[in-house]
Amino acid sequence: MATRQTQSLARLMRAPAIILLLVWMLVPLAMTLYYSFLNYNLLSPGQTSWAGFFNYQYFYTDPAFFESIKNTIILVLGVLTITVVGGIAIAMLIDKPIFGQGIVRILVISPFFVMPPVAALIWKNMIMHPSYGVFADIAKFFGANPVDWFAQYPLFSIIVIVAWQWLPFATLILLTALQSLDGEQMEAAEMDGAPAYSRFIYLTLPHMARAITVVILIQTIFLLGVYAEILVTTNGGPGFASTNLTFLIYRAARLNFDIGGAAAGGIIAVVLANFVAFFLMRAVGKNLD
Amino acid sequence: MGQIVLTKVRKAFGEVEVIPGIDLQINDGEFVVFVGPSGCGKSTLLRLIAGLEDISSGKIEIDGKDATDAPPGKRGLAMVFQSYALYPHMSVRKNIAFPLKMAGMSEAEQNARIENAARVLNLSNYLDRRPGQLSGGQRQRVAIGRAIVREPAAFLFDEPLSNLDAALRVVMRQEISELHQKLKTTMIYVTHDQVEAMTMADKIVVLHAGRVEQVGSPLELYNAPANLFVAGFIGSPKMNFITGPEAAKYQAHTIGVRPEHVEVSKDGDGWEGKILLAEHLGSDTFLKVACPVVGEMTVRGNGEMGLHHNDTIRLKPRADRIYRFDDKGLALK
Repeated sequence: MATRQTQSLARLMRAPAIILLLVWMLVPLAMTLYYSFLNYNLLSPGQTSWAGFFNYQYFYTDPAFFESIKNTIILVLGVLTITVVGGIAIAMLIDKPIFGQGIVRILVISPFFVMPPVAALIWKNMIMHPSYGVFADIAKFFGANPVDWFAQYPLFSIIVIVAWQWLPFATLILLTALQSLDGEQMEAAEMDGAPAYSRFIYLTLPHMARAITVVILIQTIFLLGVYAEILVTTNGGPGFASTNLTFLIYRAARLNFDIGGAAAGGIIAVVLANFVAFFLMRAVGKNLD
Repeated sequence: MGQIVLTKVRKAFGEVEVIPGIDLQINDGEFVVFVGPSGCGKSTLLRLIAGLEDISSGKIEIDGKDATDAPPGKRGLAMVFQSYALYPHMSVRKNIAFPLKMAGMSEAEQNARIENAARVLNLSNYLDRRPGQLSGGQRQRVAIGRAIVREPAAFLFDEPLSNLDAALRVVMRQEISELHQKLKTTMIYVTHDQVEAMTMADKIVVLHAGRVEQVGSPLELYNAPANLFVAGFIGSPKMNFITGPEAAKYQAHTIGVRPEHVEVSKDGDGWEGKILLAEHLGSDTFLKVACPVVGEMTVRGNGEMGLHHNDTIRLKPRADRIYRFDDKGLALK
């Protein structure tokens, strides 16, 4: 059916959707770019003026900027490590036929259905709270001093919460990959005298490479923009200890009312995200063909 | 060495008994074919020997040593799977090297063995390709290569040719037979195709519902089937079975006549019948004939016979080629 007519007709039919997506992307991007060159504060919204690169310079020289970048990287890498390693482990466990497999699988997936602020609040108030959290109870049971997680290990606590939320996603993708592993290959390896860990290294892992790549790519996109979990737990603190780039931009816009500065931060975030995406695709994208 | 002895080997999956108990001896250097219809337990039996399934009771000895509880990798057997089971992300070289690497063999020794296997199997030009870039026959050869580099006590083949097209199947069949003559290693070969069994085997084990129906050389099975099942399974087209008064004339409950052992004439002795179907292959003619006295008969004639649908002919079985069976289906001597 790939005649010239059907091709141009197809282009015509696709056009509205593509144009809509393009406008949806370009207009906010252009506006952000425009605002980033303005002196624009919501406390005096009438007095805007051209700022040149001042907003960028201001953002760049802010000591919190580099800390937030560092936090963003630690957050992304930490969550990726926990979810990929944990996801492989859980996927291999629930891939085995066990009693109540259906229920176990639903339970494993369920954290994904809890929305981020709710999940973070549950962790904050019921699990990690220094006086009535579950961890505090456990610590007291063993006679230890309860840990004030969000004060002492703010970034680590957020990594744990976000990892808990994303673990089901990783598990689910990796489980489907695991289920498509050919049983005869495993048996062939067994006949070839490969012990369990060799079979894992030489067969299971390479087989899951593509799924792991998908997990890393998709999660990185979402993890660069983690925000709600920080807002409802540490609010970026203490100091800037748990502020990532997204949260820094939020601070500039909604706490300092500095639209120009926030827009400049937004543009920096966009550039950084593309930078990361570029190298990520080069590093792991070859697994996708 | 590659002698395998099974003693009262039984396998049940839960309530279902797949193999009620088999005694079998496979001698060193033999090419043994397990043949039977699907679901007869032949693949299960092979997997029990390989160690991929645990036996429910009984004993497996390989070269005089009890291997009943040995893991598959420790039995010294190599297996070629129906799906080839090549490792898709490894090159041909790495696929073949895998069992050697697992055995901790030195790089030089590995390479020597790989080169040797590649030469034997005509794979030298493909060593750096991935399995996905090979044709079916080449993949099959890689799977065999992965088996022979280990220099195993015995090779196990699980319906290795069923994924190939008809022409390639004939070629690979001959290659495996030649390989056996070259290596002189014990081979156990599972198939449902009785042509493969007849052409390749030193010894055929006919299995039916988990039981051994008969063990013997291809011609023994052809000439002296022990029972109705073997008689019907070995030989193509299938043997004709006749019961009733015509069988009683031969003091038997059932008599069997192979399609190639029937003399066809326009008018002469024998059962009268009408041709329902005539298949002309040039070298052979297959006739399906409806005989009022003995029922439907299949007949095979040499060359072109000049017979067609609806012709009336007479069929006379060769007197020295009539197989007689009693009411339990066992052959009468």
